[in-house]
Amino acid sequence: MSTRLARGGRLIDRNHPLDFTFNGKRMRGFAGDTLAAALLANDQMLVGRSFKYHRPRGIVAAGAEEPNALVQLGTGGRSEPNQRTTTTELFAGLSAASQNHWPSLEFDVGAVNAAASRFLPAGFYYKTFLQPRLAWKHLFEPVIRRSAGLGRPPEEPDADRYEQAYAFCDLLVVGGGIAGLQAALSASASGQMVMLLEQTPHWGGRAPVDDVLIEGRPAADWVAATVASLEAAPNVTLRTRCMAAGVHDHGYVLAEERVADHTPGDGRPKKRLWRIRAGKVVTATGAIERPLPFAGNDIPGVMLASAVRDYLVNWAVSPGDRVVIVTNNDDAYRTAIAVHRAGLTVPAVLDARAEADGALPEEVRSLGIPVLTNRAVAKIKGGKRVTGVAVCAQAGEGAVLDEFACDAVAMSGGWSPVVHLWSHCGGKLIWDEAQSAFRPDPARPPITHDGSAMVAAAGSANGELLSADVLADAIRAVGGEGPAPRAQSPEEAPTEPVWIMPQGATPALRSKMWLDYQNDVKVSDVQLAAREGYESVEHTKRYTTLGMATDQGKLSNINGLAVLAGSLNAPIPAVGTTTFRPPYTPVTFGALVGEARGEIFQPLRRTPMHDWHEAHGAYWEPVGLWRRPYCYSRPGESHGDAVAREVTNARTKLGLLDASTLGKILVKGPDAGRFLDMIYTNVMSSLPVGRCRYGLMCNENGFLMDDGVVVRLSEDSWLCHTTSGGADRIHAHMEDWLQCEWWDWQVYTANLTEQFAQVAIVGPNARKLLEKLGGMDVSKEALPFMHWADGTIAGVPARVFRISFSGELSYEVAVPAGQGLAFWQACLEAGTEFGVLPYGTEALHVMRAEKGFIMIGDETDGTVIPQDLNLGWAISKKKADFIGKRGMERTFLASPDRWKLVGLETLDGSVLPDGAIAPAPGSNANGQRNTQGRVTSTYWSPTLKKGIAMGLVHRGPERMGEVIEFPKIWGGVVQARIVDPVFYDKAGEKQDV
Amino acid sequence: MLILECPCCGVKAEETELSPGHEAHLKRFGPGSSDEEFESYMFARKNPKGVHFERWRHSYGCGKWFLAARCTATLEVFGTYPAQTSEPPPDIVARIKARRPEWEGCK
Amino acid sequence: MSEAVSALGNASFEGFATIRELGPVGMITLRAKHDLPALPKALKTVLTAELPERRRIISAGEVRVGWMSPDELLILLPYAEVADRVVALTEALGTAHALVADVSDARCLFAIEGEKAAQVLMKLCPVDMAALERGELRRTRAAQVPAAFWAEEGGLRLVAFRSVAAYVMGILTHSARPGSELFPA
Repeated sequence: MSTRLARGGRLIDRNHPLDFTFNGKRMRGFAGDTLAAALLANDQMLVGRSFKYHRPRGIVAAGAEEPNALVQLGTGGRSEPNQRTTTTELFAGLSAASQNHWPSLEFDVGAVNAAASRFLPAGFYYKTFLQPRLAWKHLFEPVIRRSAGLGRPPEEPDADRYEQAYAFCDLLVVGGGIAGLQAALSASASGQMVMLLEQTPHWGGRAPVDDVLIEGRPAADWVAATVASLEAAPNVTLRTRCMAAGVHDHGYVLAEERVADHTPGDGRPKKRLWRIRAGKVVTATGAIERPLPFAGNDIPGVMLASAVRDYLVNWAVSPGDRVVIVTNNDDAYRTAIAVHRAGLTVPAVLDARAEADGALPEEVRSLGIPVLTNRAVAKIKGGKRVTGVAVCAQAGEGAVLDEFACDAVAMSGGWSPVVHLWSHCGGKLIWDEAQSAFRPDPARPPITHDGSAMVAAAGSANGELLSADVLADAIRAVGGEGPAPRAQSPEEAPTEPVWIMPQGATPALRSKMWLDYQNDVKVSDVQLAAREGYESVEHTKRYTTLGMATDQGKLSNINGLAVLAGSLNAPIPAVGTTTFRPPYTPVTFGALVGEARGEIFQPLRRTPMHDWHEAHGAYWEPVGLWRRPYCYSRPGESHGDAVAREVTNARTKLGLLDASTLGKILVKGPDAGRFLDMIYTNVMSSLPVGRCRYGLMCNENGFLMDDGVVVRLSEDSWLCHTTSGGADRIHAHMEDWLQCEWWDWQVYTANLTEQFAQVAIVGPNARKLLEKLGGMDVSKEALPFMHWADGTIAGVPARVFRISFSGELSYEVAVPAGQGLAFWQACLEAGTEFGVLPYGTEALHVMRAEKGFIMIGDETDGTVIPQDLNLGWAISKKKADFIGKRGMERTFLASPDRWKLVGLETLDGSVLPDGAIAPAPGSNANGQRNTQGRVTSTYWSPTLKKGIAMGLVHRGPERMGEVIEFPKIWGGVVQARIVDPVFYDKAGEKQDV
Repeated sequence: MLILECPCCGVKAEETELSPGHEAHLKRFGPGSSDEEFESYMFARKNPKGVHFERWRHSYGCGKWFLAARCTATLEVFGTYPAQTSEPPPDIVARIKARRPEWEGCK
Repeated sequence: MSEAVSALGNASFEGFATIRELGPVGMITLRAKHDLPALPKALKTVLTAELPERRRIISAGEVRVGWMSPDELLILLPYAEVADRVVALTEALGTAHALVADVSDARCLFAIEGEKAAQVLMKLCPVDMAALERGELRRTRAAQVPAAFWAEEGGLRLVAFRSVAAYVMGILTHSARPGSELFPA
């Protein structure tokens, strides 16, 4: 059994016990524990089930590479799936639950998949898709859906808060082991701004665990001293619990800091995403130990050798009383020493190599531990827990020579440098034959904006595994000077590659050798993929799902591609690796979202009258990022009834519309008229001062993009109104042409949209209201239709436009935004006697549709030219050029054979379905029904007491009076007559009184 | 994520402060142009793998358009320059030729 | 009849930095080429201010003049003085090609104060705050909206558009929450 030792544990504080639960069971750990260490201390080796076969899974590693020990952490608003216990810091009250099992961890029904494993080989899903089809739908998919998946997504809103932060530095060092510390130290001496990140809460990496001496003292002393001097340096920033997730273009690095993961609910952000811009990046990310592929290497109790000594040294946790060690290198002997030193038993070290005569093996022999060379694991004995090891010759086929009873196995297949960050932006790798590992190729680094190397790897991440070499390499990586601190560690003999153990293993054994623990990919699966023709490592990965689990193959990739290379009889570097992509370990969505939740999910634009609308029953409609009242519902009133009431009131009495969102762009200069003649399809330079003119804007394709009323303010200045969502876009459009095409024209623009609150005062009583408010002559004579005037109304500076989008007598009054609410309220107060009511955007839409006015976005969709909307009158024939003129001349646009705007009137008075398409006889080349038109706007008209609509119909204006059919949503058709689109006050008398 | 220095205000802006504007140095063809000319202006884009000239707007900064010469494959930036130029300036061309001797020029 | 009001009625928040909405504050946008001969004289006579260098903001009493782009200045001044100054600037520039407009009501202004004020913007703006120079006016984005800021005695000032004032207050308070300092101690 695994247990807590009575003494030791460099990272734990035995004076601070912490209570937590696992699957509801109460357990106790210490401050400084990871959840994995605390689970092992409570003899909880079994922590989950694998994805496909539901095999029992135990803790394998002690760091970010852990593939198995993932749990559902927390409950309710703090529930998170797939949290790695090896990187989760223990805190009081932590609750964790195992995943991917049913009904319980100890007894799992899905484990029958394991019995059927020979029917679930690589590519099972693909093959099942092919034949027989019904079996997939009715048999396989339901079963797989029920059993697959790891943790459960949280069901409540996240209770925590998150944030992002930007950081800038000359040099970013990733990894706080001795390489990273030395690199930061050397770089800081040159005065550079240095940032150093470490993903764990502790500095120093492996060196303090591995008995390294630096300058004659334990590595931990050197680490503490170095951290102290870095903390004292004004040009160095240090961050622990901060994982660099990805290296991106031009030195952009994303890193996730676990601020309050281990102190939930203390008010701090749970996580913080750092968006770092670094001149150069040094990756001192260390190396990851590889498992060995032998039969039963997935049984709980089989662990990485380095992890076994991490648990012993860091947390005083014994994974078992009897630990067999199996290795192909000298480093694993350190584990034998650590186990022995902890007072536990090492029955044997099984070394696959023919010889093991280095300093470390000799030291192990001197402790009385048997060292057996040319030996391998034939199979692991046990089910949910290791009970023993059957030993065979590595050179053989698996004939059992001996057996050892044990409760843990420490395996080491050598070390792979962590090259992820080096590779994210295109850094290339070379195969290091001596270490059987890929390492960064310094000749082919990722490059940055000036073509220089963006990333340098240092220490073990660069393939330097001996401490003395690590420190020297760290200084070299930052171009530092001076000798490296003197590090002492024993010489190590070369690693001997072992990709299958034993080398002649039978098919039965190979089908029990796990490569990817989480996704259940075995040596036999990769070999099958190779036999079936998957020669590319990228194809094999996707076919077998090797390396596609949440650990992204940190333990499995090198072994997997070595097995593939072996099957293909190709050298490993010829097979290559799969692509390394960010993030290094998963980044929570909360950190990526940052502050953008709830009220500040996105910028919501508010007019000065926003709060009044809110308080008076506004039902909101999003218009761009603005919110506009769709209507103001009274208690018990439907939105439709409210709209009808608002329309009728404006047509018969007096309506108020908050029109503040309309774009208002000031265009001024000696060439402003000439410029607007290019921007608009009609002529604006000829507009007299004091007058208003409706204008159309097209893009270069000739398609209508915006419309609005243009006002001539003075000899050299115009005010251009745009659609509500369009102000920024149109302003940018104007600036684009001014800056990039006609840069010698003297024109300035200013977007004054938000300077003004604008109120549309609409209806037969509109003039009475303004006269009562007082201050300006708004009579027909003083201010005729399509004129404007400056003045003061109700004591507020105002610009009044006689324009109408409703067909009624209408004034639009612009006042400074800071006085907008006061003006709005003054209008309501003074208007009571005239029957004033506010109206929303839907009433606006109904009224404009009754008048046959088009709306950008309804009648236009980016493929409609003004001529399609019978707006040819607004296109100048005299101008030699305007934006869109050449585009409109293209034959398919100039053709009369187009869908054009008409009114549509249902024969039964009902409302046409929005967007309905009218079929035409026959079918097209694809066998689809031909079409002849579509509905673009459709409303119930409270004024006319019937449905009215506009639509684009093939040669529509030539077909007045013809009846066409539109399908209804729930079946059947509705007949509509093609009519003039102006339904109300065709002569336009009402607006011009 | 790119960094480009705005030649108008001198800020080294990151990509989120900028808006892309596609290929630079296009010649506008208006009324009177042939269908082929208009097509080349509106639709024919080089989209090279390698040296490319682009329009960018410092939209969250000074609001000005500028032009950038960069490599679409390596993201190396050869320089930025004002939008009011009809062809890449000589110093930028020289820098590109130094870094990419095989570059055939701005055609 | 009515007094002008700022977008948020001078809302404030106490976190590890203090956030205050200011205003109403007078603002004028002045577009002109900065080498326009009439420009320095107009600034001098109307505002007793100099023409700022590229990306600088200079102060002259209660007036601030900020460099916004090669052909745009932002002038901050007491709200009550705006109308007169717009007229005076327009007259002083005479027939030269320029645009002067009152944008006081189109903007909102925030003070971010305290020793850790810069940390608030470090969370929102892709700007190296440590490299921000005294008197530098930096235009950028704050989370999802355009903004401009500069250092003043006791902290920072930030200008944004009026319609998003509540959003800006929201992101500033979120970032200034007690306990969320980037550099505790």
